[in-house]
Amino acid sequence: MKNIRIIPQLNIKGTNVVKPIHTEALRVVGRPEELAMRYYEDGADELLYLDIVASLYQRNLDFELLKSVAENIFIPITVGGGIRNIHDINNALRAGADKVAVNTYAIRHPEFISEAAKEFGSQCITLYVEAKLQSDGTYEAYTDGGRERSGLNVIEWIRRGIDLGAGEILISSVDRDGTCKGYDLGLIKQITAISSIPVIAHGGAGNLESIEKVIKDGGADAVSASSIFHYGDFNIGNVKDYLSKKSINVRI
Amino acid sequence: MNPKITIIDYGIGNIQSVKKAFNFLGANVSVSEDAGEILASDAVILPGVGSFEAGMRGLKVRGLVDVVKEIGAKNKPMLGICLGAQLMLSEGHEFGIFKGLDIISGKVVHFPDLANKEKIPQIGWNKVYAPGEVFWKGTIFDSIPDNLSDFYFVHSYTLVPDKKDNIFGLTNYGGHKFCSIIRSGNIYGCQFHPEKSGKVGLEIIKNFIKII
Repeated sequence: MKNIRIIPQLNIKGTNVVKPIHTEALRVVGRPEELAMRYYEDGADELLYLDIVASLYQRNLDFELLKSVAENIFIPITVGGGIRNIHDINNALRAGADKVAVNTYAIRHPEFISEAAKEFGSQCITLYVEAKLQSDGTYEAYTDGGRERSGLNVIEWIRRGIDLGAGEILISSVDRDGTCKGYDLGLIKQITAISSIPVIAHGGAGNLESIEKVIKDGGADAVSASSIFHYGDFNIGNVKDYLSKKSINVRI
Repeated sequence: MNPKITIIDYGIGNIQSVKKAFNFLGANVSVSEDAGEILASDAVILPGVGSFEAGMRGLKVRGLVDVVKEIGAKNKPMLGICLGAQLMLSEGHEFGIFKGLDIISGKVVHFPDLANKEKIPQIGWNKVYAPGEVFWKGTIFDSIPDNLSDFYFVHSYTLVPDKKDNIFGLTNYGGHKFCSIIRSGNIYGCQFHPEKSGKVGLEIIKNFIKII
């Protein structure tokens, strides 16, 4: 069995790592350089680095900050937030990113996914999908950090994204993010059932059992979390030890 | 004198993280697409992410195909990473059949259908081990624990050298055993990314710098 990847997520606002609680309230967690180094030392398999306001304010992410965060980290880094063109991707790669996550701009301009995949290869393009449960039981894709509706059904949008050349799916539950109530298994299961490419589950990791569940029951290829790592409830080593004991392969 | 290492820039993929790793280890490293500078180096790195054909095209338009072949023929220390390793072989079977650098004889083929419906591309960490008759001692894998350390892979195509002698490391994915390191003398190609494989990856780069 392959190794399941454990991926801490850094939500960046300005020069800080922040923790959104239902996207509106924010708490400052710390400096991205320090957190990234801690996670690297603790055995993170990759890092997710998302500027959570760049897209909303139509700004570019701070490539200088990214550069200083990436400087001494030798694991893959996926960078998202305000990526709108090939030039942005180039800048992110030059600053130390290995992959980019696209959401808002790709929803408005789906052809951007294929353009980017052609230029940099599918493995470089992560489709970031923010899913929110609707009253009819389906999920709708949101943009701008869970603020704006797109009108797109999550499953249909993901199918399309894969066809267009995305190499990986980062699925985040808007309802669960920041709640620590466990991953939205219904959502994750629906996606892993149709996805031919790796799926990273995000949103709601609260305890070790919730991580085990999203892998065993949800079929996630990788799990991402922020709060549980930021606040020291568990470190990456604890999560990996626990998963190994539950017969899930992880890189030790 | 710190040996001069050049990362060959042929316009493809992310070379920044490779440079970063060599810098971190205090190497005298630069990035160049200049044939003269590349030939004057003590060692070269052929990085790259992307398709085989795009990679060869990138080398061709810069007039670097013969340059890299010459370095190969001279058995100068060379490290190919991911697509860079694939280009070292004779031909690639991605979006058609394309000629490679042919520094090591062999071809690059797509993963077959995998057990447990394992996903392709392989994205993630996996182990590397030495084939039975191969010993890593005295090579750039000297200090690497055989089949115990994980390395970061991102690929859909695999290295298939013609000669057993060139298979220097193997990896299992989805029930399929494939060649993850090729070697001929001082020329090494890794399907995985040592520069993104944490401390054990840096160890390989450190060892590579030592053999120069």
